[in-house]
Amino acid sequence: MTPPVLTFDQPHPFPGKLIIVEGLDGSGKSTQLQLLQKWLDSKGYNVFFTEWNSSDLVRETTRRGKKSKALTPTTFSLLHATDFANRLYHDILPPLMAGMLVLADRYVYTAFSRDAVRGVSPMWVRKLYNFAIRPDMAFYFKVPIEVAIDRLLGGTRAQFKYYEAGMDMGLSQDITESFRIFQSRILAEYDKMVSEYGFITMDATKDIEEQQNDMRQVVAKALENYRPKRGTHGKRALFWRRFDLPKSE
Amino acid sequence: MGNGHYFGEGLTYLNPSDLKGKLIAIEGTDGVGRSTHIEMLQEWLEVQGYGVLTTGWTRSSLMSKTIEVAKQGNILDRWSFSLLYATDFADRLEHQIIPALRSGFVVLADRYIYTALARDVVRSGDPTWIRNVFGFAIVPDLVCYLRIDVDTLALRVIESKGMNFWESGMDLRLGADLYDSFKKYQALLIEEFDKMAEEFHFEVVDARKPPDEIQEALRAKIELVLKGGRLTQPSTGQPTKASSAS
Repeated sequence: MTPPVLTFDQPHPFPGKLIIVEGLDGSGKSTQLQLLQKWLDSKGYNVFFTEWNSSDLVRETTRRGKKSKALTPTTFSLLHATDFANRLYHDILPPLMAGMLVLADRYVYTAFSRDAVRGVSPMWVRKLYNFAIRPDMAFYFKVPIEVAIDRLLGGTRAQFKYYEAGMDMGLSQDITESFRIFQSRILAEYDKMVSEYGFITMDATKDIEEQQNDMRQVVAKALENYRPKRGTHGKRALFWRRFDLPKSE
Repeated sequence: MGNGHYFGEGLTYLNPSDLKGKLIAIEGTDGVGRSTHIEMLQEWLEVQGYGVLTTGWTRSSLMSKTIEVAKQGNILDRWSFSLLYATDFADRLEHQIIPALRSGFVVLADRYIYTALARDVVRSGDPTWIRNVFGFAIVPDLVCYLRIDVDTLALRVIESKGMNFWESGMDLRLGADLYDSFKKYQALLIEEFDKMAEEFHFEVVDARKPPDEIQEALRAKIELVLKGGRLTQPSTGQPTKASSAS
């Protein structure tokens, strides 16, 4: 009845692999992860993708809370933890248990950095996420704050969003200035975590292909001893097929 | 509250030491009669001139709808289950409870974090994580625990509003049917409440007695706290002792 005890302090016991990316908005991490997925797909791996703040359960609530600007640092943090818990249980654990690859765009470190900057106790937020499983690889796309701002303002987004710019903290009336201060503090938190959690730091100012090349090399090396738990053709994993064996005898 | 403080890692941006009101939690399992008594207590206190705020489990403006939707579908895992409640509680703590205490209100809480602790421990067998999560809760001035045995409870619930899926802990698959499951699940919860009653210094009120006797007992305990008398101060609990619940 008691579920497996998961703890963030130790490597997970599952046959699959969890690869995550972290970095500021505008660091290019999502682009890199998408390219990695293309490559892994083409290699024949069975890959699952999940991203921060995307579960059906609470996405709508988070959206409403953000819109009415009623979120406090603590409810903001707890809502994201709820979202994460729901995705961990439904999207991340089953494929990992079944021996597949899971790619996550942002992971608990996003909460560790953002929530700490918002004034939540760093110790508390780490304990909050203690049920998370430790990723096999964590890529940190490090980018200077000015580059991130230029990319975001020069790209598809002409304006920063309220919470993304940390406007709830009253850092500055000017949204770009607020973004600069808020994200600089997040950057400092990320930098502190590099050694604490063994991030693989990527120079996110390099060309996209060059970064992707580096990333693929690291992943290829890490997957050397990984045996995908799947047949050549079917979608079904060996993990489940085992249950069928007694029947056919 | 005089020297308000948090259970664990608190809200670093909110100092609880200057809260003037009193925080009184009424705890106890499903169907034990908490809300009826709270209504009567509110009336009694207001007649005496106290400002009263009642706050109820899952009633935050942020989360009440979300929790309802979540309970309707079978989309709840253990962590989401507990975290939805924690979010609801945090929203009410920051938007209702703390502001009211700051203005000198008596806050009557229909359930407090102990309900969440009991439900999570029954599901996980481990009190550490859930206690850390609720570290930001303020230690109440008084916790009244309406204690009942599971046989009396089952009868009472059958007589009144009936049993539902979650009150029967059907997600745990403890029993053959709703009734069987209700009794097993509620027995586990009561066991947890009993353990916490000692650890956190609850004031235990026998909920098997007639309603007016229960109300009288509650009033006596509350009166003492409001008049500045000292019952045993509720404690922050022991730093996560190992639990034998399974």
